[in-house]
Amino acid sequence: MAKQVLVIEDEPNIIEAISFILLRDGWTVKTHSNGLTAVEAVLERKPDVVILDVMLPGKSGYDILRELRELPETAGLPILMLTARGQTKDRELAERAGVSHFMTKPFSNAEVLDAVHALVAPVGGAT
Amino acid sequence: MIEPARDLTPDRPRSPLFLQRQSYRLRRLMDAARFLPVLGLLLWSVPLLWSIGDEETVSSSGALIYIFGVWMALILAAFVVSLRLRLGGDEPGAGG
Amino acid sequence: MITLNALVAVCLTYVVFLFSVAFVAERSALRGQVRWLKAPLVYTLSLSIYCTAWTFYGAVGSAARSGFEYLTIYLGPSIVMVGWWWVLRKLVRIGRSQRITSVADLVSSRYGKSNLLAICVTVLAVIGTTPYIALQLQSVTLSFEVFAQPGVPSPEEGARSYTALWVAFGLAIFTVIFGTRNLDANERHHGVVMAIAVEAVVKLAALMAVGIFVVWGLSGGVAQTLDRIDASELGHWQMNGGRWAGLTLLSAAAFLCLPRMFQVLVVESDDEGHLRTASWAFPLYLMLMSLFVVPIAVVGLDLLPAGSNPDLFVLTVPLATGQEGLAVLSFLGGFSSATSMVIVAAIALSTMVSNHIVMPIFLRLTGNGASVSGDVRHVVLLSRRLSIAGVVTLGYIYYSLSGGGTALATIGLVSFAGVAQVLPAMLGGIFWRGATRVGALAGLIIGFAIWLYTLFLPSIGNGALSDMIMTQGLFGLAWLRPQALFGISGLDPLLHAFLWSIAFNVIAFITFSLASFPSPLERLQGAQFVNVFDHSGGPRSWSGGVAQAEDLMIMAQRILGAPEAQALFEREARRQGARGMLPDPSPDFLETLEKELSGSVGAATAHAMVGQIVGGMSVSVEDLMAVADESAQLMEYSSRLETQSNELSRTARQLREANQKLTRLSVQKDAFLSQISHELRTPMTSIRAFSEILRDTSGLTASEQNKYASIIHDEAIRLTRLLDDLLDLSVLENGQVNLNLRQGLLSDLLDRAAAAANDGGHDLRIRRDVRAEQVMLNTDLDRLSQVFINLIANARKYCDADVPELEIRVSEEKGLLVIDFIDNGSGISAEAQDMIFEKFARVSDRQAGGAGLGLAISRQIMTRLGGHITYLPGRSGAAFRVELPRNFVVPA
Repeated sequence: MAKQVLVIEDEPNIIEAISFILLRDGWTVKTHSNGLTAVEAVLERKPDVVILDVMLPGKSGYDILRELRELPETAGLPILMLTARGQTKDRELAERAGVSHFMTKPFSNAEVLDAVHALVAPVGGAT
Repeated sequence: MIEPARDLTPDRPRSPLFLQRQSYRLRRLMDAARFLPVLGLLLWSVPLLWSIGDEETVSSSGALIYIFGVWMALILAAFVVSLRLRLGGDEPGAGG
Repeated sequence: MITLNALVAVCLTYVVFLFSVAFVAERSALRGQVRWLKAPLVYTLSLSIYCTAWTFYGAVGSAARSGFEYLTIYLGPSIVMVGWWWVLRKLVRIGRSQRITSVADLVSSRYGKSNLLAICVTVLAVIGTTPYIALQLQSVTLSFEVFAQPGVPSPEEGARSYTALWVAFGLAIFTVIFGTRNLDANERHHGVVMAIAVEAVVKLAALMAVGIFVVWGLSGGVAQTLDRIDASELGHWQMNGGRWAGLTLLSAAAFLCLPRMFQVLVVESDDEGHLRTASWAFPLYLMLMSLFVVPIAVVGLDLLPAGSNPDLFVLTVPLATGQEGLAVLSFLGGFSSATSMVIVAAIALSTMVSNHIVMPIFLRLTGNGASVSGDVRHVVLLSRRLSIAGVVTLGYIYYSLSGGGTALATIGLVSFAGVAQVLPAMLGGIFWRGATRVGALAGLIIGFAIWLYTLFLPSIGNGALSDMIMTQGLFGLAWLRPQALFGISGLDPLLHAFLWSIAFNVIAFITFSLASFPSPLERLQGAQFVNVFDHSGGPRSWSGGVAQAEDLMIMAQRILGAPEAQALFEREARRQGARGMLPDPSPDFLETLEKELSGSVGAATAHAMVGQIVGGMSVSVEDLMAVADESAQLMEYSSRLETQSNELSRTARQLREANQKLTRLSVQKDAFLSQISHELRTPMTSIRAFSEILRDTSGLTASEQNKYASIIHDEAIRLTRLLDDLLDLSVLENGQVNLNLRQGLLSDLLDRAAAAANDGGHDLRIRRDVRAEQVMLNTDLDRLSQVFINLIANARKYCDADVPELEIRVSEEKGLLVIDFIDNGSGISAEAQDMIFEKFARVSDRQAGGAGLGLAISRQIMTRLGGHITYLPGRSGAAFRVELPRNFVVPA
């Protein structure tokens, strides 16, 4: 059974690009674009890995991350964060909030796949 | 209490000891303005001295002439003072 | 015999004449022709409301009954006027510098703006004045009856009430029309004052005409008249010394304290120089008014049958000798005396009742004082009008209940003694800095109570106080008999009451003042009042800073009216050198504002309203310093220190603000860098991702290829636009822009801007006045249209009303074309207002696209075009004002 990725991002073109790459790589891809309901979406869909944008409408990615880390169900969930703000303090903020991996936009497609693979194997086998 | 200090009137630092002749006159004119009502009160208290008994009473015509005479004199004096005060220009801030 | 109907006709003609005089005076004042209205003569004549019908008719009556006593009523005021340098000069100066609206306002203002005191004085004034108004109604009614059935008064109760009712009604109407035309009592009632001045002339002329007729017409000259007086029953001086001195003092006191006298002496006065003239002219008027009283009385006693009412000799003597014209003139004189008194008394009392009782209650009922919604002006005017009607009605009711008669005749002096209770607090307030609120309150209440018990209640006769109390004292205590307190009997009741009430009043006033400690505000006001000639500055300073200029503006608009308030604020802002509409809430400005407001709603209310907005009623440290020193020199020094420390703290505040702004800016700059980074990186991410897909993925369909290529294309354009904006701003900021000046019609420009800005997104209704927009412009039309598009687009993006609407108003001001863009949303918060024109600022959290450069670019453009763009605070929604010259000339 294919592993599931939840992409939380508000920019339609970026959603489309990531989805395209991951689908080709054999993942099941779900998307969500509202910051306010992001945590619920994670709890509902139970993805194997989450790709999270920082600047989301309604709630910032850091806050979502922090909330997910406080919930027992998602405390250990692999989360890959994408940000368009390239400053070092952004990385620090993300690490403090408990991010699994952090990437700055623009990224190469290969980088994204590598990162996701590092966090969880795409198909079947347990980690 | 700082009571003694109050005798140093607020005018002290502003007004010099010797005034120009003109402002000296103005000061005395203000004194006159202050004195007028006192004078009026005094003169109009004179009827209190008039006896009310049957003999030696003051006639009504006399009383009328006296009271109205004082009245006219006061009006005249007030007129002169007010005229002079006007000529003296706007009074300086001090003096109240 | 002149008929009653003819008399009514004369009367009505006279009233119409008075209306026209008042009307013409108001019109002239409106047109700015106030010179002749402000003549010292008019001021002097207006003081003549002191001579009411009670003195016009009653003086002769009094002379016929008790000889020379009537003179005391005129001597007291003459002394006060001649002695203007002592008290009146100070009162008028204080009245002007503190914008005093009534005698209650004066007392309240002096003792720390205490409304409790104001209420006390108001109640006292209403109780003291009501019977007096009744007395005027009675005199008019009686004089009508003389003409109805000369000589034989046979009052028919119904007809009497009827006359009085009509007179009361007419007076109330006149007073409402001319007394509440403008709200600010300091703007003065030119119409009323003019009408009163005319009435003053009429009553003097009438009385003198009767007098001359009596002396030269009936008695044959001065010498003969004097002989006739000596031969009459009034032939000798028979004056009770106590009453002579007592009544002179009493009338002097009342002259200062009567609400109507205070109104004309202080409130309506606008030039201290007028006092100088009045100081001799008014005593002259009084002297002429009293000159012929004794001759008329003597001739009346001679001529008329025994038992005729001597109060009406002024009318009955001419009638009995067939001089009907003279009698009518004399009737008009009496009518004038009565009406002018009622009019001014009603204005004075209504001001007090409205400012100190109705308005505070209204403000309390409608919630938190200053922040009531809507325009308070109409409420103030309405409450004034109702108060006027109420005061006159009260007088009429009193008249009806007392049934006229002799009980009323004595009420004049009773009323004098009542209002004289204010004198200690008033004189103490302006001469003694140690006088306190507690002292004033204690003195007033005790004096008032004694007056009520010993004079007022006994004077209204049957039933007010039982015989038991009158003869045996309260609770059967003999020393509490109303007319023989402490067992001292045999005194004249009036003197007895006057003596005891004033004595206890003064003692309580001084004792409680010495024992109590005044609040800082009281001490400051005390210093301001007592040393009014040394300090022409304001009463005390507000500690500014905390005040929100915008809240103040909203409040001021409700009281002064929007244009006046805006003008005041703008003037002040310009004076402070601030850009925009709102001045710094500096202490100076708050003081000015408070004085402006107090002219409309009274000092205590104004203080409370400003206090609520500025933050608490507390007084600043500077205020405390200002009052700490009793010594005048230190006082002056500290006041200089106060100014300096005010300036210092203001500078410090401005520095703090500048610093805050810088910090905010730097935070914003960081935020902007993040923002700009985000705005740049997001399209770049898409471009990179899809170009990699196109490069690395084999087997893409043609449509997929096409789609991904267009995404790359669109994102590249988005990047370019952002870079253009940034570049645009930097060019504008550095002034390297080339303007492309062209001719164009404003309406066309707005049409295009509206079309460009309004595609997509929420619906925004735009209200425009196309006719006002037919303005030809010579400027850079493309740049200007860029500004318009930005403003309209902003309204579309940010206006949060259910049915968003944008109004575009075009006007012209000082040669500049002014275009206002006002939407119906919730506007921009005060903190954000000074930031919106900064680069990268974004007011709302809502994502609305754009990097927040629009307003910054607009501002730069407007500066380039020789105009401005500003935010208009205090409007309902977000409001922007664009100002520009119609014809732009490139600076050389």
